Amino acid sequence: MSVFDGLKYRKVSSPIHDLDPRIKFFYVCAIFVGAILFWTILPLLILFAIQIPFVLLAGVKREWLRSLRGTIFLAAIIFLTNLIVRYFASGGALLVTDLEFAAAMTLRFIVLVGSFSVFFLTTSPDHLGLALERTRMPYEFSFAFTTAVRFVPVLAEEAQTIMDAQKARGLELEKGNFLKRIRNYIPVLVPLIVSAIRRSLELAEAMESRAWGATKKRTNLYILRLKQGDFILFVITIVILMVTVYVRIYIDVPGLSQFLSGVS
Amino acid sequence: MIEVQDVGFTYPSGVEALRGVAFTVNNGEFIAIMGQNGAGKTTLVKHFNGLLKPSIGRVLVDGIETKKTSVASLAKKVGFVFQNPDHQLFSETVEEEIAFALKNFGFEEETIKKRVTWALSFLELKKYRKTSPFMLSGGERKRVALASVLAWNPEILILDEPTIGQDYKQKEKLRQFILQMQTQEKTIVIVTHDVEFVAECNPRVLLMTEGRIVADGQGKNILANPEVLAKSSVVPPQVVQIFSRLNELELPKNVIDLYEAKDLLLKKLEKRLR
Ligand SMILES: Nc1ncnc2c1ncn2[C@@H]1O[C@H](COP(=O)(O)OP(=O)(O)O)[C@@H](O)[C@H]1O
Ligand SMILES: [Mg+2]
Repeated sequence: MSVFDGLKYRKVSSPIHDLDPRIKFFYVCAIFVGAILFWTILPLLILFAIQIPFVLLAGVKREWLRSLRGTIFLAAIIFLTNLIVRYFASGGALLVTDLEFAAAMTLRFIVLVGSFSVFFLTTSPDHLGLALERTRMPYEFSFAFTTAVRFVPVLAEEAQTIMDAQKARGLELEKGNFLKRIRNYIPVLVPLIVSAIRRSLELAEAMESRAWGATKKRTNLYILRLKQGDFILFVITIVILMVTVYVRIYIDVPGLSQFLSGVS
Repeated sequence: MIEVQDVGFTYPSGVEALRGVAFTVNNGEFIAIMGQNGAGKTTLVKHFNGLLKPSIGRVLVDGIETKKTSVASLAKKVGFVFQNPDHQLFSETVEEEIAFALKNFGFEEETIKKRVTWALSFLELKKYRKTSPFMLSGGERKRVALASVLAWNPEILILDEPTIGQDYKQKEKLRQFILQMQTQEKTIVIVTHDVEFVAECNPRVLLMTEGRIVADGQGKNILANPEVLAKSSVVPPQVVQIFSRLNELELPKNVIDLYEAKDLLLKKLEKRLR
């Protein structure tokens, strides 16, 4: 549930919230590319640090940290798997570089989640839909996408209520062996699915009674327009992209241990 | 007996839903918790079977602190019928739906059969025994949900918004049912903002606003007190409204029962006509 909280948009105004979703998405992609280009800690740390001013400017520090905390479990798995693989690959010896590698892979994952989280925390589903529409995607698809995004928190809340209702009838989700535990979720999943289907049918009826698809060419109440801030972010993103690619090709990035011994 | 001792509760999202709530529900009592939407009524009753644990203070059910036990063991004592039956119906037949909780609580096969049959006939659902609960009407689904809880015969029964979406006949049946449960010394807690329904039953009333209890007393005294009611945006029952508008007749102020009101009015009128 906490991971969902980290992706939940709350309507507030901030320089970051007001940015154009397309440019923001471009920025997230640039961070993605950067994160995938590097295997060492230092550049990944820098990519991580770049997120921080964004988070602070947007005023979503609490939610952002919560979404990062939600990834601890996965991050731990990534760290351990990498460590174990390196351990066996190097024939049973564990070097400092192996630790560094595992840490870097984990950090890469955290950078990816972090940038995604900033994007979702500061972009309203409506704006996202508008941006999708501008990519000439059929409106049906962009509408389905935004609706799905919007209903995730509703569904999460409903799942909680259903779990409570079944617990009140003596259901113990944590009881039994592995298979039994999966079966324990049937009384939760059935009402959840049934009510989701019922809701989607109701939504379809409500939409049709409000003339969904009556005209081929729709107009929008809000129109996305690039503003000054968007150009600034665009330039920043281009710079990030160029620097990362340049560093990747022309500079031999030192590992953390090398770097530290070089400094002292 | 349920003892609520200075309970405060804050949701993880930061919403403070209960503040300094303290009262005791005695065995065999019938209580209505009233108040506007978002007052914290559901949050409060979810503490009675341990679904929520207090952030501050303690809740004791028959002397056992809810923090120190599981929902499953409390649930056997405290039956909780949720507002929306669609949040719990999942079985292929009504019969299985009712047996679900009984199986969870580990009743014997024989007992389960007996109790299911009893619950079906008690709520007039016998003809739907093999029907899918999803095929039933709203009111019937609500009755199946109620039957599925009554089946294990809990000592304390909590009904969250039982009158929503029910027609007059269903409400009257519900009232009869509550009276019947009372003769069996069951403790009943209903959450509602249906004033007329509460006026007809005249239970003890707890009035809530913004997570606090603003009034606690016999329905008669609270529902006939417009100032107190206004604090939690509850409109007084119609009888009270009529009596306050007929103030020339000098009628008593604490009448909420229709029949009592009728007798009083008739007496006054007779006196005047004579
Ligand atoms: N699961 C939840 N998470 C966060 N806040 C909640 C949750 N459930 C209820 N609330 C909030 O707690 C307050 C009390 O809600 P609730 O107990 O449902 O009120 P009522 O039943 O009196 O209408 C409301 O402000 C509501 O928004
Ligand atoms: Mg409620």
